[in-house]
Amino acid sequence: MAKTIIPIGPYHPLQEEPEFFILTVEGETVVDIDLRIGYNHRGIEKLCEQQTYDQVTFVVERVCGICSTSHPFAYTQAVEDILSIEAPPRAQYIRTIIAEGERLHSHLLWLGLAGHFLGYNTIFMWAWKLREEILDVMEILSGNRNNYAMFKVGGVLRDIKKEDIPTVQKKVDSIVPTLKKLRSAVMDDPVLHARTKGIGVLSREAAIDYCAVGPTARASGVARDIRKNSPYGVYDQVDWNMVVTENGDVFDKVLVRLGEMFESVKIITACLSQLPEGEIDCHITEVPPGEGIGHIEAPRGECFHYVRSDGTNRPERHKIRAPTFMNLPTFKKTVIGGKIPDTVITLAAIDPCYCCTERMTVQDLKGQKLYTGEDLIRLSQEKTDQIIAEMRR
Amino acid sequence: MTRDEILQQITHRFSEEIIGKYEKSDKRVYFDISVSAIVPMAQFIFKDLRARFNIASAVDGRERMEILYHFTAEDADLVLSLRVILPKSKLEVDSLTPVFTAAHWIEREIHELFGINFKGHPKLERLLLPEDWPEGVHPLRKDYKEWDPGAIRDRGA
Amino acid sequence: MRLLEKVFLKSLWVFHLATGSCNNCDIEILDCLTPRHDIERFGMLLTGSIKHADVLMVTGAVNRQCIPRIKRVYEQMPKPRLVVAIGECALSRGVFMQSYNCPMPLDHVIPVDVYIPGCPPRPEAIMAGLLKLIERRKENRAETGRENDSR
Repeated sequence: MAKTIIPIGPYHPLQEEPEFFILTVEGETVVDIDLRIGYNHRGIEKLCEQQTYDQVTFVVERVCGICSTSHPFAYTQAVEDILSIEAPPRAQYIRTIIAEGERLHSHLLWLGLAGHFLGYNTIFMWAWKLREEILDVMEILSGNRNNYAMFKVGGVLRDIKKEDIPTVQKKVDSIVPTLKKLRSAVMDDPVLHARTKGIGVLSREAAIDYCAVGPTARASGVARDIRKNSPYGVYDQVDWNMVVTENGDVFDKVLVRLGEMFESVKIITACLSQLPEGEIDCHITEVPPGEGIGHIEAPRGECFHYVRSDGTNRPERHKIRAPTFMNLPTFKKTVIGGKIPDTVITLAAIDPCYCCTERMTVQDLKGQKLYTGEDLIRLSQEKTDQIIAEMRR
Repeated sequence: MTRDEILQQITHRFSEEIIGKYEKSDKRVYFDISVSAIVPMAQFIFKDLRARFNIASAVDGRERMEILYHFTAEDADLVLSLRVILPKSKLEVDSLTPVFTAAHWIEREIHELFGINFKGHPKLERLLLPEDWPEGVHPLRKDYKEWDPGAIRDRGA
Repeated sequence: MRLLEKVFLKSLWVFHLATGSCNNCDIEILDCLTPRHDIERFGMLLTGSIKHADVLMVTGAVNRQCIPRIKRVYEQMPKPRLVVAIGECALSRGVFMQSYNCPMPLDHVIPVDVYIPGCPPRPEAIMAGLLKLIERRKENRAETGRENDSR
């Protein structure tokens, strides 16, 4: 059968790294996939070498809008590793609260978009409506909906006021009933099962070979979570569970993220009630020569920073590795062998850049067929409708 | 496997290849190793000790280049970093991609941003920089200079 | 031309283009669609194809690899067309001004009609910017009696 090449991308209006996919298909089946990234390369590592240690916190916040606490968190851990200090306990608690709030809003965002790609626009609207509550919480705590600017080497910049805690707690609790509703909708819906079970399977061996991180690895049965394996913040002082599933398909990735949201609510609640009194900053004045590593669990997986100091007020080298860098290449394993309508949700399942799916173009080699990203999402949504129709029969 | 067992196995097995060892803290250990030892050591750490490959960081030290390969031994809560030092005259090291796929992208990234050659890499092409970026200009090197006369570096106000 | 302008301003279809942004602006644009903000009540709709779009919303610190693609997308847009720059990066590149991969701000690549500052701008700010744009076009038309901008 003739092979067709499908370019996807390069614009991804949503997430961290826009990439350009080239799908090769035979009929309906995907036989090869190639990736081209670099549409979002802004040279942040070089920029960080030109800024002072305090300024770098704000530069790395803008690596990714969704992970705007993960990168500063990992960076401050790395510099604190050079200094061999730890932030004061109250600062650790505040950091943990902010990081978990971010995980909640990131997973809700993902859930909504995954619903949209499958043709469930109700899930999209519900999830994003819920997400607004979390953004409100972040605004109360930090003063901004995104880009919280809470982190600082040796502590946090802003304290949590006592009178804000009841409001925050109420808002966080208010999402739990709707989350439960969403979870039971996902668990019970036969159409969703038909669309996501056995689709885009990443085996345990492949997850280890590709060094996949975060929910992508945990859905494949690899119990890998920096919060448990190498506790930072106050994750070792509160009670929570790691969510691990076995099958590695899209459905399991949904389950892992849904489960993690409940755990996040649990962590935030515990942190707010245990919040100790005390300093929030340990007033670092200079950074000695040396090198440090910080790694934390971002919503998408491990975020890794390596900082080298030469004793001046700027880092000599700052290496940033975002979780998607490790997770993206797994597409090679999950997409090949699948069908075109399933590609959208398989690509989305890793929580990379959904944006790709908003502006995909499908083109025949001879230029006879031309689909846009809308058509691909439509293909995906039509498949859902077909399954519904078949089930009614 | 505990932290001490891991460290003891590595130092025992690769006693000749390890040039220096530096224990920064309980969780962070750095090994300086000879350039030829990177493949067998990475293989041992990844396959036998079941550690996870985090990433590799290249550092331009002006007189020499360094590549640090970071591994995490998750059960022991330990980050191992293998440091390879390359002279500026011969920027070449064996590729780790045949050992584990996870090294594929980062080696391409280091190749284009630092100009280090990875021997045996299956596809050492451009990953991040645009097509019209000039050959031989590596932006993350310390001696990088602005090459584009058309670039605007003010806010226009 | 008057009828076209009237129809044009009644319901603006928006195409969203990220040119190396950190996604925050992009998410805030999507946020405008969701129940709390609901930009569709002003007749605006996010479209997936540039050929259906009236407004091009650009976010991000224009990346070297994106520059030819922005131009190409802009050329494909049907007239009359509007360009909105969203966020500090699209305005002046913000913290990325010295970056080796971001050589010039957006308005050196394509003409821009509205600038919405903020890092990221709130959904309310994005809506306010778009509504101001519509008002401005309407006033212009009332003053001159014809459309003075042929872009």
